[in-house]
Amino acid sequence: MNITKNITGSQLYISLEGRLDTTTAPELDGVLKSSLDGIAELTIDMEKLDYLSSAGLRLLLGARKMMNKQGSMKVTHVNETIMEIFEVTGFADILTIE
Amino acid sequence: MKELTMDATVENIARATAFVDEQLEAIGCPMKAQIQIDIAIDELFGNIAHYAYRFGVGPATVRVEFLKEPCAVELTFMDSGIPYNPLAKEDPDLDLSIEERKIGGLGIYMVKKSMDAVFYEYKNGQNILRIQKKI
Repeated sequence: MNITKNITGSQLYISLEGRLDTTTAPELDGVLKSSLDGIAELTIDMEKLDYLSSAGLRLLLGARKMMNKQGSMKVTHVNETIMEIFEVTGFADILTIE
Repeated sequence: MKELTMDATVENIARATAFVDEQLEAIGCPMKAQIQIDIAIDELFGNIAHYAYRFGVGPATVRVEFLKEPCAVELTFMDSGIPYNPLAKEDPDLDLSIEERKIGGLGIYMVKKSMDAVFYEYKNGQNILRIQKKI
């Protein structure tokens, strides 16, 4: 998985490419842990993400809980496969998806 | 029928996935089914890697078979670790608020929802989990 990160003031934009699964989730976990301090707006762009497993959902839930305390979070450009996963797991109701 | 036995480690999830994908591609498996199967491998092989062997590393086998009627792919995951039936776990409560939501059990829940059938048995000292996906 490739992770692109861009910080503008208090806005953090993260773009994911490839697969977010058990093997790659620790990379995103590291990026989130080291970058969320002082961030008010988090955007996770999934345009180039093929799919995610529950290891990815775990990180999204953690990030959402964190951002609820300090600002907002949205997930963008979700493909059909990923949307189906969000719907089956109830994450469609938890996340702001654009 | 083809099978591969390897160490049950997180590093080997990619190897198990590549092994299965090679055979799915050879029969022209639809991409959507392949992605769902790949996610199931991540959940199930990942669970074995994390929990089956409490002390050290043990083996895990992944077997691929194609069924004719109905046309389906069957994967069997086998390990000789601690007896554990993931299907006995209660489904997660999806109506809880963000703060109350728990992540435990979501992986196996996704597998149950995306596959057509999932079976577990403990036999001859082995956890045997079979999943079937119609293609």
